[in-house]
Amino acid sequence: MTATTVQPRTTSTPTTAVPRERRSVPPIGLGRVVSVELRKMFDTRAGFWMLMSIAILSVLATGAAILWAPDADIDFELFASAIGVPMSVVLPMIAILSVTGEYSQRTGLTTYTMVPRRGRTIAAKAIAAVLVGVASMFVALGIGALGNLLGSSIVGVPTDWNISVTEFSQIVLAQVLGMTIGFMLGVLLRSSAAAIVAYFVYSLVLPGLLMLLAGVQSWFADLQPWVDFNLASSRLYDQTMTGEYWAQLGTSGLVWLVAPLAVGLALVMRSEVK
Amino acid sequence: MITVESLTRKYGGFTAVDDVTFTARPGRVTGFLGPNGAGKSTTMRIMVGLTPATSGTALIDGARFVDLTNPGHEVGVLLDASAQHAGRTGREILTIAQRTMGLPKGRVEEMLDLVSLTPQEAGRRVRNYSLGMRQRLGIAAALIGDPRVLILDEPANGLDPAGIRWMRDLLRDFARRGGTVLLSSHLLHEIEVIADDIVVIGQGRIVAQGTKAELLAGAGTLVRTPDAEVLGRALAAQGVSCSAVDGGLRTDATPDLVGRVALGAGVPLTELRSGDGAGLEDMFLELTADTQREGAAA
Repeated sequence: MTATTVQPRTTSTPTTAVPRERRSVPPIGLGRVVSVELRKMFDTRAGFWMLMSIAILSVLATGAAILWAPDADIDFELFASAIGVPMSVVLPMIAILSVTGEYSQRTGLTTYTMVPRRGRTIAAKAIAAVLVGVASMFVALGIGALGNLLGSSIVGVPTDWNISVTEFSQIVLAQVLGMTIGFMLGVLLRSSAAAIVAYFVYSLVLPGLLMLLAGVQSWFADLQPWVDFNLASSRLYDQTMTGEYWAQLGTSGLVWLVAPLAVGLALVMRSEVK
Repeated sequence: MITVESLTRKYGGFTAVDDVTFTARPGRVTGFLGPNGAGKSTTMRIMVGLTPATSGTALIDGARFVDLTNPGHEVGVLLDASAQHAGRTGREILTIAQRTMGLPKGRVEEMLDLVSLTPQEAGRRVRNYSLGMRQRLGIAAALIGDPRVLILDEPANGLDPAGIRWMRDLLRDFARRGGTVLLSSHLLHEIEVIADDIVVIGQGRIVAQGTKAELLAGAGTLVRTPDAEVLGRALAAQGVSCSAVDGGLRTDATPDLVGRVALGAGVPLTELRSGDGAGLEDMFLELTADTQREGAAA
């Protein structure tokens, strides 16, 4: 770009322009931000296939269960747990990327200038993530039910619908809590790679460490159930929740979810978006 | 109108923006000129609430940007055309803006049309866009809410000459209709071509500001003639000093005076004008000489 490519115009500057009036502007409601954030989760190839992977993995897990599970084990619970494993990996990734994408792809520059109240955007992302989580669980429920029908008729056992509404709600809750951990890590770390690594450390490495600590330190053995969120939320899958179990889910959730999320939110509000 | 008052941003011991005060007025294009790292982008990020100020204020028509309920309708912002998800299509990026701001659907196609992105191009993912196309898309996103104020950081980067001319006409028209435009550049010629008012920043401080005409007034006169020596002597006789430049003379006197002297001396002139381009460049280099990396490059 040099002066020779574009000749300066000698026309005088406009001085007669009338400043434009402020007009009333419709505010941005939370519902609208949620719908936009939902759209943003799946409007890229990566996002789209992430969503598709939920359905694909559910089908694969169902197929594997029919193929390899002992005939006597074919019941609804088998399919639920087979599908639950891939879901517990994919859903938190969706939650993580919905937050960290704004930073790693630098879209936050536009997002936070269109909606300067960052808390609103983060809240919308959280709601969108939970909606996706719950919807995915119903998709999985449908695929699992088909698998159960198909599997039991193939092997010739009576179809056993041994998952109650309560149990299903608990599984949904457990998956959503797993997503929320991913979301928290995304908000706290604001980097896709760091948050994904942290999620696997949290879900794969941490339980072993806490177990080890409880084994060698007697004072921690009593404390562990109250501060081990992995343990507390895994009970949602396979046990009847007692009052104490719910309380332990609450206290450990404070430690691993609420407190770090609060720190992360404070950082998001104050941090510079570059 | 953008009102920036005593704006300061420190990073530890480093002051990126140092007591910056200026106003960008409606009906005018204000150029924000400075070398790389002068604090232009930081100042603009503070204006739109992406970076907190250490002290001072930046107001858009008297309101803080972060207090606007739907800022896209009032302020169009383009800070970095490359800060888009590479996997989204151009049309999708505009659709997200259209939906967030609550605009009618048709705005997306209108904007694509305005910035001359073809339907095919709009359907491509941004990772396949040239910088010029990204800038056009960024301009479209800034204008989609029909704002009164535009804040554009280096919008001409990556545009070809025709693109720069297009942007100049677009921004001039926007200002003519009563809008306020603030655009930054580290390239003097871009600012000179587009802006009415100029704010020059170096090392975080405002080093000069005024209308382009005011800043040019001090830039003297450039005169070209086959008889440069004769004219030089005639000017010297009037007490006007001048220096020889390629095929002519440069002097601090006004073009009016130089013309009279030339007429009196009977010297034919091939060119007589205020020394805008080169003069403003000298000013830019001089003003930023002790603040820019290359030192006294002038």
